[in-house]
Amino acid sequence: MTLNMGPQHPSTHGVLRVALELDGETVLAARPIMGYLHTGMEKQAEYKTYTQSIPQTDRMDYLAPMSNNLAFCLAVEKLVGIEPPPRVQAIRVLLTELTRVASHCVWLGTHALDIGAMTVFFYCFREREKILTMYDQVCGARLTASYFRVGGLAADIPAGLLERARRFVDEMPAHIDEYEALLTKNPIWLARTRGVAPLSARDAIALGATGPMLRGSGVKWDLRKAQPYSGYDTYDFEVPVGASGDAFDRYQVRVEEMRQATRIADQAIRRLEEIGPGDYRLRDYKYVLPPKEQVKTSMEALIHHFKIVAHGFFPPRGEAYHAIEAPKGELGFYFVSDGTPRPWRMKVRSPSFVNLQCLSTMVHGRLVADVITAIGSLDIVLGEIDR
Amino acid sequence: MAAILDNPDLRFAFWALVKCVVILTAMLGVVSYLIYVERKVAGHMQARTGPNRVGPLGLLQPVADILKLFFKEEFIPDAANKIIFHLAPVLAVIPALVSFSVVPVGPNFTVTDINVGLLLFLAMSSLGVYAITLGGWSSNNKYALLGGLRSSAQMISYELALGLSTVGVLLIAGSLSLVDIVRAQEHVWFAVYQPVAFVIFMIAAFAETNRAPFDLPEAEAELVAGFHTEYSSMKWGMFFLGEFMNVITISSIAITLFLGGWNGPWLPDSLKFLWFFLKLGVLLFFFIWVRWTYPRLRYDQLMNLGWKVLLPVALANILVTGTVIHWLGNR
Repeated sequence: MTLNMGPQHPSTHGVLRVALELDGETVLAARPIMGYLHTGMEKQAEYKTYTQSIPQTDRMDYLAPMSNNLAFCLAVEKLVGIEPPPRVQAIRVLLTELTRVASHCVWLGTHALDIGAMTVFFYCFREREKILTMYDQVCGARLTASYFRVGGLAADIPAGLLERARRFVDEMPAHIDEYEALLTKNPIWLARTRGVAPLSARDAIALGATGPMLRGSGVKWDLRKAQPYSGYDTYDFEVPVGASGDAFDRYQVRVEEMRQATRIADQAIRRLEEIGPGDYRLRDYKYVLPPKEQVKTSMEALIHHFKIVAHGFFPPRGEAYHAIEAPKGELGFYFVSDGTPRPWRMKVRSPSFVNLQCLSTMVHGRLVADVITAIGSLDIVLGEIDR
Repeated sequence: MAAILDNPDLRFAFWALVKCVVILTAMLGVVSYLIYVERKVAGHMQARTGPNRVGPLGLLQPVADILKLFFKEEFIPDAANKIIFHLAPVLAVIPALVSFSVVPVGPNFTVTDINVGLLLFLAMSSLGVYAITLGGWSSNNKYALLGGLRSSAQMISYELALGLSTVGVLLIAGSLSLVDIVRAQEHVWFAVYQPVAFVIFMIAAFAETNRAPFDLPEAEAELVAGFHTEYSSMKWGMFFLGEFMNVITISSIAITLFLGGWNGPWLPDSLKFLWFFLKLGVLLFFFIWVRWTYPRLRYDQLMNLGWKVLLPVALANILVTGTVIHWLGNR
């Protein structure tokens, strides 16, 4: 029997369609079919200045907009050869780690919901809501942040944000304990996830899996440690890995990552409190907008402002790739610049797209219910897969 | 009128009818408010408030829900088997109502005290599976079919454990009449004598009523909505009414068999039914509590639990009970 699961299905997490070949309830083959959310973001980027593409990145992995912003900005910064000041980097780290928590909250909530535990979903969204409120504070948007800019941020963090973040970071570990109390030792949860949808380390590497998918299989690979960016080498945190690569290992890896992310966020807050107020962007006006008061007083600043706003900045000819450890895995942006304000080509290496390819290996010969567990533990976002 | 009341047969029929109407009305009322309570309790468990817009504290929510269902478009798939498609929701509701007729609510309040009350209940609860299987099959939808298949397998396996767990009680009470069983528990509840049977009965009850963690036939995450994927409007509502009625019925049976039925201290006989309803409330809360706490089992795990754990344990329980009764009888 061929069962068409999706694109309209409660647990394919968006518009993923999976064609299942079934024998009874046993899966003989699972073929993911994508393209239902194709937006042509990569192509559109060729017609936009670099800054104009930032809002597009929010819409890729819409559960982790800040991470997308960061990957985009870091790649462009690499292309033009600038590095933002430490304060900006700490703010970026703080916000992307909170994003990691928010993204994992959605993952945990929906994964548990797929397996039938509905209450966890509400608990997770309660905490995610607090993070979204912080997004709202910094940039006025809850989902599509577009907060980071090449060379800095769109605006300084508002007063009160650090206190709010501090409160959140202090209370979050207790909330994670709460989720774990409902799931980690629950025999039904264990029965549904342990040994289910396994992915060996070899397969994971061969299929190019990254992020918790790879670490769940026992490979200790985290770009924050392996290729540190934004000063991650100066933060103290652990990289959790699983043992057997089943859904339960991935669950544990992600839950532990939430704890580690709050730890990093905590260090970032402390660092920001030490630094105190300061610049929120680089003072390199070839690439970064000069402050408004200078625009009104200095001729040079006005020219820079006009140039950047009118046709964008001119990066040098060349190419650059930069990847970050996004909540879902390695998120990389690749730019080819021909020296004009618009990229000649932008390519996104999105973790969801690559991780999804593991699906058929993970569910072969298992039951329909395991397909749901597998899709849940992949943690995919279709916006990022189809771009 | 006087002539009717003089004839004992007619008098019996008249009172039975009155009781039926009372039970039916009460049942429908309780069901609709059970849905409200479920949503409210779920809300509070999930850091929400639950329904609170329609009427004070959202108390009119069930009315609004049911009205909404009546006004919904009724959609019947072209390829469905029309007769069975119409019949299935009816089959979901009726057995639950019928089996309630033998439940002794109070010392003098049971619709009919037949001497095979328990068998009637078991028979009716096996009929319930037809609603789901036929509903799933007649929709002509793959998801619905899978849901229907799952439920027939599930209910048949758990029916056995359910039936066998009641045997221990029967051995002690020595009667199949539910009224006699309740009277036998005047001093000690059978849950004390038969703790294993009670646990098995409760687990099987969850499976019988398709409630989480055994709600596989409708497992929304995998099978969209399982057997009722194609149902809409009040037909869909009937399945839900049936599910909730089953929960009430099976809780009532659990109370009757294991928790002493209407028995309780202090109250006079005429008010003893309050004990019954108190126990019912506690059990219903338990059902809701479990649903919002546990994830769902997988199909094969469910079958393993039924056949490899519950069934042998239930059989062993009968063996032990029988041996002990025999031994006590010989002394």
